[in-house]
Amino acid sequence: MKLSPWFLIVLTLAVFGLAMAPQLIVAAPREVTMGLVQKIFYYHVPVAWLTFSGAFVCAGGSAAFLFRNSERGDRIALAAAELTVLFGLCVLVTGPLWARKAWGSYWKWEDVRLTTTLILWFIFLAYLFTRKYGGPGARKLAAALALFGAADVPLIYLSVQFWRTIHPKTTVVSTLGPGMRGPFWLALVSFTLLFFVLLELRLRLEAARVARDELVLAVEDWEDAQ
Amino acid sequence: MIRDVLTLLGKDLRVEWRNQELALATLFFAAVVMLIFVFAFLAGDRPSAEVCSGVLWVALALSGTVGIARGFEREREGSSFRALLLSPMAREVIYVSKLTGIALLMALVAVVALVLLVVLFGAMVGEIWPTLLLLLALGIVGFSAVAALFGAALGRAQSRQVLLPLLLYPLTLPVLIAGTRATALLLSGGDAAQISFWLRFLVVFDAVFVSLGVWLFEHVVTAGEA
Repeated sequence: MKLSPWFLIVLTLAVFGLAMAPQLIVAAPREVTMGLVQKIFYYHVPVAWLTFSGAFVCAGGSAAFLFRNSERGDRIALAAAELTVLFGLCVLVTGPLWARKAWGSYWKWEDVRLTTTLILWFIFLAYLFTRKYGGPGARKLAAALALFGAADVPLIYLSVQFWRTIHPKTTVVSTLGPGMRGPFWLALVSFTLLFFVLLELRLRLEAARVARDELVLAVEDWEDAQ
Repeated sequence: MIRDVLTLLGKDLRVEWRNQELALATLFFAAVVMLIFVFAFLAGDRPSAEVCSGVLWVALALSGTVGIARGFEREREGSSFRALLLSPMAREVIYVSKLTGIALLMALVAVVALVLLVVLFGAMVGEIWPTLLLLLALGIVGFSAVAALFGAALGRAQSRQVLLPLLLYPLTLPVLIAGTRATALLLSGGDAAQISFWLRFLVVFDAVFVSLGVWLFEHVVTAGEA
């Protein structure tokens, strides 16, 4: 399959951005109170943003599949769900690493964002589980799960927020120092480009798999006819 | 539409009345779960409001799932669910009747679990019972809204016994958070404003998920897979 020029441009930019980011992050000023551990933030926030974006892309693809019978929508949903689980895992690893230094423990249930991410992660693991082990008809079921999951996100957020009354208000991004903004936005844009690269590759893989299945079926039909 | 829903519900209740399988199995299961909690948590001191509310809602969620899974399995064995889907009845009617049936079953379990909570755990529900019943009713509707869709949609899916709780629990987590928090607040004589917040939260959850269920049921549940 031929790679489109757009894909190559995005791929180049993503590689360039991800190669540049570590150097800029090292050069960025150290945060006064947290020191070195604050630098995990440059990766943590972009992957968290992509986890939630992935969930909504998956819901969009699922809606296209359920209501318009779009096969492409279904493939996008599957690819986005896998990326949600992948990036979600990065969030769930980088978050506690930071929390250990900043709060003194790996996990605080009071933290609404991390807890919401964990629940979202479970919903999309269930999505992948359904796709893999659900058998025939599981695609529609999984699509419904993705839509329910996306509708659930604001409710989970709200419920965790009120579950414990103490929760940190994080308005970090707008209060970033001038030296930190550059590397942060570079990391955010590069990770977003990486998301699209991975999504496109996964779509191609799925399309190839479908094409192969059709070929196998055609060969079987032909053999039966002989 | 209401008459159709009542006709279908009447059919389900009549089937259940004749062999009482679901009600007895679910109630017995709830009692066993409560008994396990007694030995897990009661080692002398009176359990806290948090423990009591957790026991109530976990017992409800676990036994509810057992009843729901068995209910749909029974319909599958007789192919009666497929017959229902092939009938000219509107899909919304089928969904709402299943939702009501599940909610009634869970309401029965909730009443028995509440009695056991008072007897085994010494929970004080003297003056708070009207609010507690309202809370349980709202929670049950939310749980049933998700369960009715996914229970029906699992159809002939492989490993459906494993998949139902995997899909159900992450999605209904906001209900469990709201239910356990508000019950704990009620039992410990907590802040009325917070209790009212959780009640309103459950109303919103119910509205969102019942609407989503009515909307998606037609697209997800098909006679071919039932």
